[in-house]
Amino acid sequence: MNGEPVEIGGAGPGDAVDYWGGSRLAPGATLVGARPSRARVWRNRRSTFLIVLAVFLTLVPVVLILVQITTKGLSAMNLGFLTKSLPFSDTATGGGFLNGLIGTGIMVGLATVVSVPLGILGAIYLVEYGKKNWLATLIRFFADVMTGVPSIFVGVFVYTALVIKFGYGAVMGAAALALIMMPIIVRSSEEMLKLVPLELKDGSYALGAAKWQTVTKVILPSAAPGITTGVMLAVARAAGETAPLILTALGSIQLVTKLTGSPISSLTLLIFNGAQQPYAASIARAWAGALELLVLVLIFTIVARLFASRSRLTK
Amino acid sequence: MNPDTSPGNAPVFAVKGLDVHYGSSLALKGVTMDIRPRRITAIIGPSGCGKSTLIRCFNRMNELIPGATVSGEILYHGENIYAQGVDPVMVRRRIGMVFQRPNPFPKSIYDNVAFGAKINGYKGDIDELVERSLRQAALWDEVKNQLKKSALDLSGGQQQRLCIARAIAVQPDAILMDEPASALDPLATVRIEDLMQDLKKDYSIIIVTHNMQQAARVSDETAFLYTEVDEATSARWGILVEFGETSQIFTKPSDKRTEDYVSGRFG
Repeated sequence: MNGEPVEIGGAGPGDAVDYWGGSRLAPGATLVGARPSRARVWRNRRSTFLIVLAVFLTLVPVVLILVQITTKGLSAMNLGFLTKSLPFSDTATGGGFLNGLIGTGIMVGLATVVSVPLGILGAIYLVEYGKKNWLATLIRFFADVMTGVPSIFVGVFVYTALVIKFGYGAVMGAAALALIMMPIIVRSSEEMLKLVPLELKDGSYALGAAKWQTVTKVILPSAAPGITTGVMLAVARAAGETAPLILTALGSIQLVTKLTGSPISSLTLLIFNGAQQPYAASIARAWAGALELLVLVLIFTIVARLFASRSRLTK
Repeated sequence: MNPDTSPGNAPVFAVKGLDVHYGSSLALKGVTMDIRPRRITAIIGPSGCGKSTLIRCFNRMNELIPGATVSGEILYHGENIYAQGVDPVMVRRRIGMVFQRPNPFPKSIYDNVAFGAKINGYKGDIDELVERSLRQAALWDEVKNQLKKSALDLSGGQQQRLCIARAIAVQPDAILMDEPASALDPLATVRIEDLMQDLKKDYSIIIVTHNMQQAARVSDETAFLYTEVDEATSARWGILVEFGETSQIFTKPSDKRTEDYVSGRFG
């Protein structure tokens, strides 16, 4: 063969039967300069092309949404939009969604304060205490079911449980959001806590640490970056919820800071209402509100990623 | 070579008829041995003979494994650590442990060494304790200017010496080492072995090792564990075959199985 390029799979003179389907280097062939068979090159190119195509098709709608929201949103976005509430009339231009931003802030904040400690404690119970007993299995099952429940059901539940008695308000909206966040936090924290290596726990116990000391001083700090990521994603999810708030916060055109006794708005409710109006000014505000929410969620996601990349467990 | 039975040399641990079960299967059967103070006791034997199971009995680490049960007695300075009302946490505060793979916490070097002292409510000067422990573990000179650095940035050998420093900082009187050098390179291994000779002045050390040369090099006494098989059920468990001075175990073993193992005929 004298160092000529050799085609892999080219049957050598001694090969009576091609057991390898042409995929093996012929006997005596040199590896240097050997060319893969044309069929394999073709298969490789075809697969690569299909995968790139799939990625492209997936990205198309995402990019379109981003471009649409950014261009349409920027046209109505200005400092006044971020610092003012709705104008007196839907037809008027100007004004902004400050009341929605504050409503979202209050309700998501309340929901976070309630659901994060409970969710993390629940996850600690599942991983370190309950493990595989019936209660842990039950909690895990219902957390999974709750993650899949359409969020409007949560709204209906809070409506019948709280709103009928106490009326619409920030606390009711926060209750619905907390119910949505809790299972996400429980399950994501559980996964993070499970990743804490047994060796670390053994190391702590061997130094005479009690179980609660091991949990608070070794397990939680080790899992903290991952847990933070899960919490941030739950917060982003809650900030983007509309359906459960319709039945619990109801929405308001005014800036409300009361926790109970008055309907309150959120960014999502204002977008929902604004986009339904036949007036250009109202629709423009809805676009700007969508952009505001998108940036808000983006910030949360980026912060979550930063925490995740700082994870000391993966180091 | 009669064991010295003077009062200053009373055994740190006296193991009496120790059985360990995992679930319903027997893992270790009828171990009886005395561990002398300020000596290095090596536990050797083939894989799966229960060496790690045995060493984890000395500080009640086995009960962290679901289904593990221990029967028999281990007297620690005459007190049965498996007696009713003995808190395993208190046992572990007196008996330190170093594991096969270095397992520093994802914290700073300083916080790793201070961990045990802090959780135990140490009242003294923690800075001083950290320095003393790191010096004893022969790590101080390498890390004294970077105590705030993450322990995970250290090399494997340094991490293992940090784990030893961490164990010393709790001021135990016995240290258990479960194959402490098996994940380290030969140079790091030599450093750990030298360190053990230094530590022997103050601590009683029990070491599990796969490496017979290591056992012969470092230990004063050696226990040889071997696997017994029940032909009918093919159940396997570990037994203590022979226990004595290391020189005797390696040169004049009294049991045929010990002789075969230390001469490299199997295992």
